[in-house]
Order: sequence, then C-alpha cells, then structure tokens
Amino acid sequence: MNSFKFSRKVLGIPYAVFLLVFVAAPLAVLLYFAFTNGQGQFTAENLTGFFTDPNTLGTLFYSFGIAVVTTAVCLLLAYPAAYILASGRWKAKSVLIMLFIIPMWINFSLRITALKEILTWLEGNLAYHPFLNTVIGMTYDFLPFMILPIYTAISRLDGALLEAARDLGAGEAQAFLKVTLPLSVPGIISGVSMVFLPAMTNYVVLDMLYNSTYIMGSLIGSYFAAYNWHGGSMIALILLAIICLFTLFTSGMEEENVRGGTLL
Amino acid sequence: MIRKIWKSTVMTAILLFLYLPILVLAVYSFTDASNIGAIRGFSLQNYVTLFTTPELVRMILGTIVLALSSAAIATVLGTLGAIGSFYSKKGMASAITTMNQIPVVNADVVTGFSICILLVVVLGVSKDTFIPLAAGHVTLCAPFVFLSVIPKLKQMDSSIYEAALDLGASPFTALVKVVIPQIMPGIVSGFALAVTLSLDDYFVATYTKPATFDTISTYVVNATKGAQTTIKTALWALSTVLFLAVALTVAVMNVRAEKRSREGNGV
Repeated sequence: MNSFKFSRKVLGIPYAVFLLVFVAAPLAVLLYFAFTNGQGQFTAENLTGFFTDPNTLGTLFYSFGIAVVTTAVCLLLAYPAAYILASGRWKAKSVLIMLFIIPMWINFSLRITALKEILTWLEGNLAYHPFLNTVIGMTYDFLPFMILPIYTAISRLDGALLEAARDLGAGEAQAFLKVTLPLSVPGIISGVSMVFLPAMTNYVVLDMLYNSTYIMGSLIGSYFAAYNWHGGSMIALILLAIICLFTLFTSGMEEENVRGGTLL
Repeated sequence: MIRKIWKSTVMTAILLFLYLPILVLAVYSFTDASNIGAIRGFSLQNYVTLFTTPELVRMILGTIVLALSSAAIATVLGTLGAIGSFYSKKGMASAITTMNQIPVVNADVVTGFSICILLVVVLGVSKDTFIPLAAGHVTLCAPFVFLSVIPKLKQMDSSIYEAALDLGASPFTALVKVVIPQIMPGIVSGFALAVTLSLDDYFVATYTKPATFDTISTYVVNATKGAQTTIKTALWALSTVLFLAVALTVAVMNVRAEKRSREGNGV
C-alpha cells in the first residue's frame, strides 16, 4: 500500500503554515507588545497614553484630515477622468489606459523626487505650505489608484441601461445621476479604500517633500527609531483597528483589488 | 464639438499632472544643472555617475535581486496555496483566504513593523541575515499571487483533470500537465505583480533590512534629505531609465495582449 497518497489539498499546507508564521503570529506578538511594558507586565498604559497625549492625538486627527482631503481631491479629479475615458470614443483607448497604469509601476520614491523638484522650483521652500504640499504629493502618488477602479466600473456598465433611461425620457444629466453614478459606486468605494488608508499611513511622502513626520504612520517610525517596541506596537494596533473598521464598512461593495495595476 | 474639446482638455490636464514632473526631470537629467529651472548645457554625466558609482550600482542590483527572488518564492507559495485551498474543505479554504486578506488590506507600515517585532525583537534573528527582509517581501507579495491565481482556478474546466485521471495519469502528473498550464496566465500576472510590489516597497524594507543594504526606495528617501548634489542628479537619471523601462514593458505587454485577444483566445 502507498503510505502517502498525493492529494491536492496537501499543497495548501506550506502556504497555510507560512501565513500562520508571518501574518498571524506577528499580529499576535503585536497585540502582546501593545499591552505589556518593558518588564513584560500587563498594562493598558500604552493605550491610555495614546489617547491622553495631545501630540499623538493631534497626529491622529491631522492625518485623518489629510486622508479625507486627499481622498476627496483624488475623487474629484479621478471621476471625470475615468468617466471621460470610459464613455468617450478614443482612437487609442488602450494607450490612454496604459498611460494611467504606468505611474503605478514606477517607484513611488522616484516619482515623489520628481514632484519635489518641480514644486520647489514653483514655490521655493515647501515647508511654508505643509498641508497643501502633502495633499498635492499624495494626490500625485495615489491618483491612478482612484482612476482605474472607477474606470472599470463605468466601462462595465451596460450601455442598454443608459439607452433605456434616455428612451424613457431622462435627460442626459438625469441619466447620469440615476444610472451611471449609482452603478459606479463599487468603483468609487474601491478607489476610496485604495487612497484613504495609504494617505493615513504613508509618511514618506511628507518626509521626502519637507522633512515632516506629522502623520500616523510616522509615529511607528519614531518609536522604531527609539527602540520603543511597546509604544510602536500600540500605534500599529490602533492603525490596524482603523483599517479593520474601514474594511468592514466597505467589504462586499468593492471592485476587485487593483493595487499595483492588476488590471493589465 | 465643444464637448469633445472639453473632454480632451480634462484628459490632457490629468495626464500632464501625472507626467510633467517625470518628463521635466528626464530632460534635466541630460544636463549638468543641479536644480530644475536653471538652463544649462547637455551632459551625460548623470548617467555616467549612475552606472559607475559602486554604491548606486549595488543598490540597484540589490533591489532587482531582492524583487526577483522574493517574487519567485511568493509565486511558488501563493500558487500552491491557491491550488491547495481551492480543493480544500470550506473551513480550511476560508481560513486561508481570510489570513491571505490581512496583508492585502493592512498598511505596509504595520506589516513591516509586526514582522520586525516577531523576527528581530522576539526571536532574535539578525537583520544582516536578510531573512527578515526576504520574509517581509514574500509576505507582502504572496497574497497578491494567491489572489490572481484563484480566479483562474475557478474558471478552469474541472472535467479535464478528471479525464486525465481516467486516462491513467497520476494526480501529480495531472496537476502538472493539466491544472498548471490552465492557470498559467494567473501565475504569470501574479509574479509580475509581486515584482512591482517588491520594487515599490519602502515600509517593509525599512523595518527589516540590514543597515548596510539599501533598496531603491530606502536609498532615494534618504538621498532626498541629504545635500549631495551629484547623487541627487544621478537619481534623476535613474528615474528616467526606470520610466523608459516600465513604459517599454507595459507597451510590449499591451501589444501582446491585444494580439492574443485578436486571435480570439483572450486572457
């Protein structure tokens, strides 16, 4: 008799173990570190410390503000672009789509370097308008991630629905508001989640533009630099909680994930 | 008519916003200017510096080797995981899918920091072994390979696998000769995605890399804060080279995809 019977199920085991070790275990350790102090004793100090320290609390609200404004700006720019791209008759549509994908594939730090040079030339010292420059930088970085899901949602839309709406007497604006817009909501939600969360955590954009680190993600960086694993873990955990809330809220309503330009 | 002009204007404006910085930098990379705006003569000095400074060459090669090797590991793990979970019982499959989703939605800062805590702080693995860095990048990439293989498994015609078994193939042969070829497009796009994710990563690398090793991202972020002009302008050349490489790759892939869909067996 064969002592080992090959089965396809077995193939999943290495990956399951890998996920347990490198995804589940690190989060468990994070949880443990967040609620203990340097002596290994249980403490909620890290948590209460976060919510009573005006500095960390201010950072939370500031990065929330940045994320909201960046997401709004991206949406305002991306929706018309995606709509025009999807509905217009373009001679070289595939080339246009490519042009929106290419930026996703270029190293973001080099793209931000390019933007920094241009902004410095236009404005001089970037630190004079920190909020504005952060929003410009993040919009520049994340815009393609908002355009593509919305584009996919609109281009999948059944043209017959629009025709039906027009036949039934809807004006162009009405047809847009009652048909196109509601049906593109999954694309919008997908785009928002691709922009909002990175905007709260991607501290490198600010750091590169004008050496500021006043955003949620950078708190982890500063605790990391100071070898304060417990404080850092708590920040990471709070970020994780925000992400979970956000994901719960949006799950099931999104287009498929388009991070990194899977659309190609 | 006015509509058409209006549409073209919006499109052009968005594309200019996305491309102008890269293009201006590309133009200036061919001059000896050290700041945008100054008008200077033509020079290839930046490209010479880029490809002859050992530090820069090492950083570029290191990033590429890291991306290719962690993408390869991630592709093997993610593909096997996808096949395994696809044929597993529902509970197992949903456990794997749920865990798989965590790095996808999680912020890279948190992923990088948590792996650093586990491997470096708790288990005492030295960052100089490159193990934390490789583990971090595989964790970052593998879930996306998994996600691009699963749909192909769902589209697959399961009767072909059964036919192979009926005709006497062992389950392993049937897997290699029947299943793998059918999900190949998913594996390839998963690998490509894994490479780009690794190339673009900053956060996981900062928390897990050895102090003496730099990826393009970590190097550039530090260099923009420094005041070394020759390095700064050499990075303009790097940005241009990378832009051309990406544009070329995407163009080639696009032409090939179009050819395939014209032949009637689209991806």
